[in-house]
Amino acid sequence: MSWAAVLTLGIGTYLLRLVGIVLRDRMTVPERVERYLDLAATALLVALVATATLTEGGGFAGWARPAGVLVGALAAWRRVPFVLVVVLAAATTAGLRMLGVP
Amino acid sequence: MRSLTRTLHADDLRDALALAAAIAVVGASFGALAGTAGVPFVLMIALSVVVFAGASQFLVVAVVAAGGNVFAAVAAGLLMNARHVPFGLAIGDTIADRWPARLLGAHLLIDESVAFSRARGSGPRGRAAYWTCGILLFVFWNAGAIVGRLAGSAIPDPAAFGVDAAFPAALLAMLLPALRRADARRVGLAAAVVALAATPFLPAGVPVIVGLLGLLAARTAREAS
Repeated sequence: MSWAAVLTLGIGTYLLRLVGIVLRDRMTVPERVERYLDLAATALLVALVATATLTEGGGFAGWARPAGVLVGALAAWRRVPFVLVVVLAAATTAGLRMLGVP
Repeated sequence: MRSLTRTLHADDLRDALALAAAIAVVGASFGALAGTAGVPFVLMIALSVVVFAGASQFLVVAVVAAGGNVFAAVAAGLLMNARHVPFGLAIGDTIADRWPARLLGAHLLIDESVAFSRARGSGPRGRAAYWTCGILLFVFWNAGAIVGRLAGSAIPDPAAFGVDAAFPAALLAMLLPALRRADARRVGLAAAVVALAATPFLPAGVPVIVGLLGLLAARTAREAS
């Protein structure tokens, strides 16, 4: 690890964050494009949820984690407060792991 | 900042604190990992403060620990963070009106702050939510990393607390309002399927970007209607 590596990743990541914001400011976005930008953010976030729930290092993450996410999702769907959704998901997964579920 | 405190809902602050508490645990495990990988303290702090994108930080440190090529890992980390570009396009005008604030706010753009503000609309409440979530997560992430580094191997595996389930569940909860729309549900489902199918074949982080292909489901839905 070197300063060059840290700064390359740091500055590069910052520029990636900034470029979308700058582009957004430079153009007047037609309503149709606006819809697609919004859907793109949804697509990325759902893809992130799916891969973070089910996969680990390119393979299956085991049953404890998806079970916890499922409990959290059901809680959120039943309009349980967000704090509880987070706690229920974590507690389910932690509990299953304590029982030996991978 | 005064307008921020005026439009900030107590509920939103509480919700952001729940996320921040979870991220502090992950930050602590990052700090502990960086310590065992032999990353110098100052570099670890710099990485955590300057990059502020958890998955890519873990990736780089894991490669260092395994004795791999750091610059290949940095390139992979940048590819992983490419999803920030469409995020910026989608919520760019929520962040701030003036450029100094936008330049600062850009650094707080992470998955959680994007999802958190989108769930609260593009108005003043969405803006307050973005900054609250971004600032809290930034502070807790870095504080967690420092604590983890100092505590070292005394830090238990965050998996024991189920934190790895807390984040996807939280993101999903924040996505639910958007998923009430039929086209968003179709796009989301397609994105999840494509990303999962691509996972065994592509490096970490890239399958999420491939999930953008899910947008094709929006076009067919539009033509059908």
